[in-house]
Amino acid sequence: MKVLIPGIGGLLARNVARRLLAQGHRVIGIDPRGWPGAPAEIELYPVDIRKRAAEQVFRHHRPEAVIHMATISALLADAEERYRINLGGTRAVFEHSNSYGVRQLVFVGRHTYYGAGPDAPLYHTESEPPQELGTYPELADLVAADLYAANALWRLPALQTAVLRICYTLGPSGHGTLASFLRGRFVPMVLGFDPLFHFIHEDDAADAIVKALSSKVRGIYNVAGPQPLPLSVIAAEAGRRALPLPESVLALLVGRAGLPRLSRGALAHIKYPIVVDATLFRTETGFAHRFDELMTARTFVDAFPPGGRRSPVPAPG
Amino acid sequence: MADEISARVDRLELPFDARGMDDYGVSKWHLAMAFRLLTLLYRSYFRVRAEGMEHVPPRGRAMLVGNHSGGIALDAAMVIAACFLEMDPPRLAQGMAEKFLNRLPFSSVWTARCGQLTGLPEHAQRLLESDRLLLVFPEGARGTAKLWKDRYSLVDFGTGFLRLAMKTKSPIVPFAFIGGGDAIPTVSNLYKIGKLIGIPYLPVTPWLLPLPRPVRLSVHFGEPLRFEGTGDEDDEAIQRSVDQVKERIAGMIERSRR
Repeated sequence: MKVLIPGIGGLLARNVARRLLAQGHRVIGIDPRGWPGAPAEIELYPVDIRKRAAEQVFRHHRPEAVIHMATISALLADAEERYRINLGGTRAVFEHSNSYGVRQLVFVGRHTYYGAGPDAPLYHTESEPPQELGTYPELADLVAADLYAANALWRLPALQTAVLRICYTLGPSGHGTLASFLRGRFVPMVLGFDPLFHFIHEDDAADAIVKALSSKVRGIYNVAGPQPLPLSVIAAEAGRRALPLPESVLALLVGRAGLPRLSRGALAHIKYPIVVDATLFRTETGFAHRFDELMTARTFVDAFPPGGRRSPVPAPG
Repeated sequence: MADEISARVDRLELPFDARGMDDYGVSKWHLAMAFRLLTLLYRSYFRVRAEGMEHVPPRGRAMLVGNHSGGIALDAAMVIAACFLEMDPPRLAQGMAEKFLNRLPFSSVWTARCGQLTGLPEHAQRLLESDRLLLVFPEGARGTAKLWKDRYSLVDFGTGFLRLAMKTKSPIVPFAFIGGGDAIPTVSNLYKIGKLIGIPYLPVTPWLLPLPRPVRLSVHFGEPLRFEGTGDEDDEAIQRSVDQVKERIAGMIERSRR
């Protein structure tokens, strides 16, 4: 199968691409960041998904399937740029897919779609709407992209669309929201709160995305790894020291004194859990995680020991 | 006592992992700590008498439904302690905690680690479908706000619990809790001050603070009630069944006070 991956420069997307190659698929990638040292079999186009050149890739190659991974998380760009990339880019991917005969589309979204708040249920199911957007406006563009992708299920019935809401990834690459949060020696916590965190090993996340494609599932699916753990336990398993601070003090200190950057709205995500019910995805695809919570934390801590990096992350490629 | 409590926590039939946590974040360590305090209160301070424990199913889904009384949810704590200390094997009754508890530091952690999830229909349904023992006070916060003179009356019951019992095919085990209103005799509730400190109201007793007196408490469980249906029945039909549960509990309160 000919598979196009917008956002192929990201580490998770590269893992997905390698797996597809190994399974004998033909892989085409779009990403302005490029992929230095990418496998020679991958045809790479360092273009912006919203530009005409990206449409030409669709027009020329006529991929049978698309795995859309060209979204960015809250802290990597300003609000306007995020909105352009996340919503504008998603719209372009769906429009081009519809115009150029793509049969199957996998949208890779995030479980933070559901939001974190004191009144939110512990296990979110796919039918729930997003919550707490008012307190975390930085998530609005990702939520909008997710909703846009989901409405393709009825708007573009000929396109086999799967919307994946994947929980935090963790592993030796050290990439991702949770990994960035755990990188330092201290893990800041809001005093008196210790939410459950749901995470999945980055290799399992790549397997799940490939599984969504091969199973030809259609619908919205939560994707998760082993059972969730409290943040303090994850910090301990990662060899870090939890640093509980009153919320007002923490709001002043994040991003300073060696503590990870967090927007004010993100503080809710270290007070209240975002845990998902991933039963539907497991049932319909047969997906099972290979890394339990301890193995996942161990692979991270081996690459990023508390005192500083000991073993280098394998060079991308 | 510590050894006995640890042994009982070990015998809870919950799917704990090697770390002693289940998939809801319930923690054996936190349970052991909490039950040490609850056991002291249950056995020594309130000298709680529990009757009809045989009506609480030893395993499988069930809903404990009873009356609220006494300013704060002392009754919930003692029913949870009764199921833990009087049953063999012990069971963890999981209450539907008031939402404000999850907003407060420390309370958020301890309620969650002890299995007392925020009172949401989604939580109640999920717990029952996991064959847990659910603890429900259909009077809600209006029940704990009852004044001393009304301590054995029942305010309106919500109907959600009954729909859920039908939908999940869960038996309802009614219970009467006696003495909560005497332990914390509320003479007034300060709603504005409560709102300021993030709680629904602040109960005022003759000694001002809602500190409980060491009066003897009792809890009386009745025979399980089963309601056939899907839970999607008309309000009128559901209300008739809710009234049946309410009447049963009112009768048990009257008999238990004699």
